[in-house]
Amino acid sequence: MGVSLDSPSNYITTSLRHAINWGRKYSLWPMPFGTACCAIEFMGAVGAMSDISRFGAEAVRFSPRQSDLLLVAGTISYKQAPILKLIYEQMVEPKWVISMGVCASSGGFYNNYGTLQGIDRIIPVDFYVAGCPPTPENLLNALVKLQQKVDEEGLEAVKERHRVQKSA
Amino acid sequence: MSRRALDRVQERFGGQILETNDYLGDESITVAAGDLPQVLEFLRDDPQCDFKLLLDVVGVDYPDRPQRFDVVYNLRSLDQGQRIRVKTRVAEGEAVPTASGLWHNANWHEREVYDLFGVEFSGHPDLRRILCHHEFEGHALRKDYPIEKGQMCYTVEKLLPEEAVLPGRETRHEGHWNAEGGWEGAPGVALADEIHSDYLPVNIGPSHPATHGALRIEALLDGETIVRSEAEIGYLHRCFEKEAEDHTWHQIIPYTDRLNYVSALTNNVGYVLAVEKMLQLEVPERTRAIRVIVSEMGRIMDHLVCTGTNLVDIGALTNYWYTWNAREYLYDVVERLCGERLTTSYTRIGGLYRDLYEGFEDDLRGALKKVEQGVQDMMALVQRNRILMDRTVGVGVISAEEAVRWGYTGPCLRASGVAYDVRKAMPYSGYENYDFDIPVGENGDAYDRIMVRIEEIYQSISIIRQALDTLPGGPVQADDRRVVFPPKDEVYNSIEGMMNHFKLVFEGIRVPKGEGYGFIEAANGELGFYAVSDGSGRPYRVKVRPPCFPIFASFTTLIQGSMVPDAIAILGGLNIVAGELDR
Repeated sequence: MGVSLDSPSNYITTSLRHAINWGRKYSLWPMPFGTACCAIEFMGAVGAMSDISRFGAEAVRFSPRQSDLLLVAGTISYKQAPILKLIYEQMVEPKWVISMGVCASSGGFYNNYGTLQGIDRIIPVDFYVAGCPPTPENLLNALVKLQQKVDEEGLEAVKERHRVQKSA
Repeated sequence: MSRRALDRVQERFGGQILETNDYLGDESITVAAGDLPQVLEFLRDDPQCDFKLLLDVVGVDYPDRPQRFDVVYNLRSLDQGQRIRVKTRVAEGEAVPTASGLWHNANWHEREVYDLFGVEFSGHPDLRRILCHHEFEGHALRKDYPIEKGQMCYTVEKLLPEEAVLPGRETRHEGHWNAEGGWEGAPGVALADEIHSDYLPVNIGPSHPATHGALRIEALLDGETIVRSEAEIGYLHRCFEKEAEDHTWHQIIPYTDRLNYVSALTNNVGYVLAVEKMLQLEVPERTRAIRVIVSEMGRIMDHLVCTGTNLVDIGALTNYWYTWNAREYLYDVVERLCGERLTTSYTRIGGLYRDLYEGFEDDLRGALKKVEQGVQDMMALVQRNRILMDRTVGVGVISAEEAVRWGYTGPCLRASGVAYDVRKAMPYSGYENYDFDIPVGENGDAYDRIMVRIEEIYQSISIIRQALDTLPGGPVQADDRRVVFPPKDEVYNSIEGMMNHFKLVFEGIRVPKGEGYGFIEAANGELGFYAVSDGSGRPYRVKVRPPCFPIFASFTTLIQGSMVPDAIAILGGLNIVAGELDR
């Protein structure tokens, strides 16, 4: 990145990839698919103590069409599964998924007839957050990791996402 | 006092009562399925019995018996202060006459028994699955259904029948839909009729900010007015009861955290009290006092979340920061106490996970001051707030009589003016030693429900302070090696200690054969655990009586004729916690 302060109109030179990713990573709009205990800790992360807005992700949208980060917080039952899949499909690219807590990641200690054994059986997941429920700090850690991932994503990957969506 | 009901029933029905029992002080009678309606009606209407509140309907499966299923009705009398359990036995394919004509909430409770056991209820208005999804095959809580056999669900069920979405001619405002699906009431002209349009079916949830992720309502709108609605639950059915049968008595405690995850501490206490009742185990004074402290902390945290989110749902976002900050201060104490913020697992059967840490009292007193401050700040904003009052006063009104008929308990019942609180009615853990009031509302509307909760926060703070002032010393574990682990040095240095530890871990506690019903006043009402033990190390059956289950059953009736935004305001104040609702 090059910065020029000499000329009368200050400007920065950078690659398109950097510029796009820089904008994306600091404005992840989460769609909290909160079903259970983890949703309470997500609310903790939004609260003043943890303050998710420090990371630019406080614009919580409950409409999947307005968000680019699906935050699955809580146990997903088989009854809930088709709804989660529908919500994921309604989100536009580029989109990312964080699976918050062990229930969403693997079913947790609910290995039984009602609980989906991990959301990765029905939708792709970018980051899994450990904990039952994870602390807000742990969730923020995943968010920061996700920002790094977004930052490293090449334009090809972004194009690929669009291509996949078109063909799907 | 409570023998009276048993005597009355026997006097009236004589030979029709097949069996009576008062094991552990819980009265229970067994009747033939055919006699059930008249016995239940007598129990409800006889002035000396007066069992106006139906707490729960439980199914139990005994595959080896010819009459395979027990169906148990747990009743409670508010005025007479007594409880009774009415049981009936049915074989596969045999029907039980429904009690949904006697108590409104029997409808959903019986649906649950039908869903999980496959017991039919004759005369039931709407016998469908409730917790498992509509594509589910088999009945999950039968002993021969394997716990790990999951079944995928591919579609979403439609709740409102096609014919309901017709032009307005057949539906009118001044009246209500009866249980058979017909319209009762005065004729009038629907808005949809005036503008020659159809009713609009709207699906709310389960992924909706106000339904907290796990409730679904399909409403039929005439303009903004809800003319009819259907609710569906079960999106967070995590099979607590099946898991309980698969674990030892101690291993269930972490599962109880996740019932009402907003106040896990209170649930922990409720569960261990039920098991201790079955073990007839006394715990030390100090443990009892600490349990009171932690349950009240749970109650405060629950009320803070409920009030905060309720206000957010109706647009008052600022209050969320106040309540959540107050909650965070309590979280800090809880985290230091048991290592977790939310899912605490603090109690043990016969005691506690560990004693209070040094400095606990100062921490808690400090946190309570901040909670008080936070609640005062919030109340300054909302108590006489014009907008809040417009949104909540006179909205979602339920009369005392109807609330009882719906099986309401806790703050929602008290907001309707019924001063029923388990802590006063049947004190446990030494609640009789503390001085506190039971706030009641007058109108039973959404505003009263908020205010009752706020006042309860202050009462709970006062209870905690009293308990801290009079906290006795001594051990926190009962001295009973059938239940409590031996100290570590005995485990490592003596063969008896090691064996004792090994047996308790691998085989679990042996709870004597029999059944018991333990109950406490949880944050949202009476939380009951009905447990059946066959004498082995694992429970034969554990049934939770979730306070919000009957409350949510009444939701579609509450929102009938109100607007969509009202429905949201009502829902927040009922404090429906999905973990507990769906279990």
